[in-house]
Amino acid sequence: MIVGLVLAALLSTSVPDVTLADLERRFAAGSDTVFVVNFWATWCTPCVAELPAFDHLARTSGSYGRPIKVLLVSLDAQRDRSTKLEPFVRKRAYACEVVRLNETSPHLWIDRVDPAWQGSIPATWIVARDRRVLHEREFTRRELIDTVKSFLSRSPR
Amino acid sequence: MTTTIGRIGIVLALVLCACSMMMAQNPIAPEGVKIGDNAPEFVLKNVDGAVIGPRTYSAAKGLIIVFTCNHCPYSVKYEDRIIALQREFAAKGFPLIAVNPNDTVVSPEDSYAKMQKRAADKAFPFPYLFDETQVVAQRYGARRTPHAYVLLRTRTGWTVEYIGAIDDNADNAAEATQHFVADAVNALLKGTKPAQPMTKAIGCTIKWKKG
Repeated sequence: MIVGLVLAALLSTSVPDVTLADLERRFAAGSDTVFVVNFWATWCTPCVAELPAFDHLARTSGSYGRPIKVLLVSLDAQRDRSTKLEPFVRKRAYACEVVRLNETSPHLWIDRVDPAWQGSIPATWIVARDRRVLHEREFTRRELIDTVKSFLSRSPR
Repeated sequence: MTTTIGRIGIVLALVLCACSMMMAQNPIAPEGVKIGDNAPEFVLKNVDGAVIGPRTYSAAKGLIIVFTCNHCPYSVKYEDRIIALQREFAAKGFPLIAVNPNDTVVSPEDSYAKMQKRAADKAFPFPYLFDETQVVAQRYGARRTPHAYVLLRTRTGWTVEYIGAIDDNADNAAEATQHFVADAVNALLKGTKPAQPMTKAIGCTIKWKKG
């Protein structure tokens, strides 16, 4: 029984909760890092369709001449964490860190990310120390790479 | 006579063709309406085949228009709540109209036939209109589903009084603490303006036609 529990714990992928304030602390501590933050959810078909592009970006993040951190921020509900989100993350085994946004009152926090964001997902937030851009759109792998490169070219260290 | 009708048909087809080409070049919704703007009139086909729009509601004090669809899980989460809005506010003079703006090539779940099925399965007590050309969603500036608008009748038409979310908790209706659409309608019924005329929410993107 205990062995079973330990095994279950080892096999389970836990997706921690974060708040926007937590993300801001990560950004502030990241100094030179460019954060590529993708807002998604397991229920969002176009979001799930573009996740492999973010996985690719994470796997090749060393080739951009500047540290890149890909963060997948799930907007799944708390009650879907263990039944949907964590099994999904386990199965896909992406090379990206996955967290779940623990914020209430979307009418308030959406504007804190970017007042221009209308609230549809997928949405991708590229954050550097000096500049932030929110893309309310879907990406192919090529488009994502080009968008990140373009961001880097306009964001000299 | 037949020839004339035929010609009219050809002209109409050309106009429709030109419209869809223009939309293909500009698939993203423009700014749309703002609070206080006159609300665009429109007519669209309901799931029962009737063609209706705001003007159909000659006795209404106002309207609740919700851009929604079949496939989006967030829309599905709100189905029972928009049914409840209709049950509460139609009798008070603010009936609800649901509009599906999604392109059915991109999102086959949102086809007219499937809208008919969903409306029947859920016994929607409101019309569920098909915005096949996406012109209505573009004119209103709808960006996601669900996306709600509350209109108030004026002497000559309607003004836009509320744009945004239905409430502040998509996942659990019982835990919602702010009921934006209901509050907006209640304010208008009292002759005042909504305290929060614009709110945002997470939702599915509208599936625009691909060029």
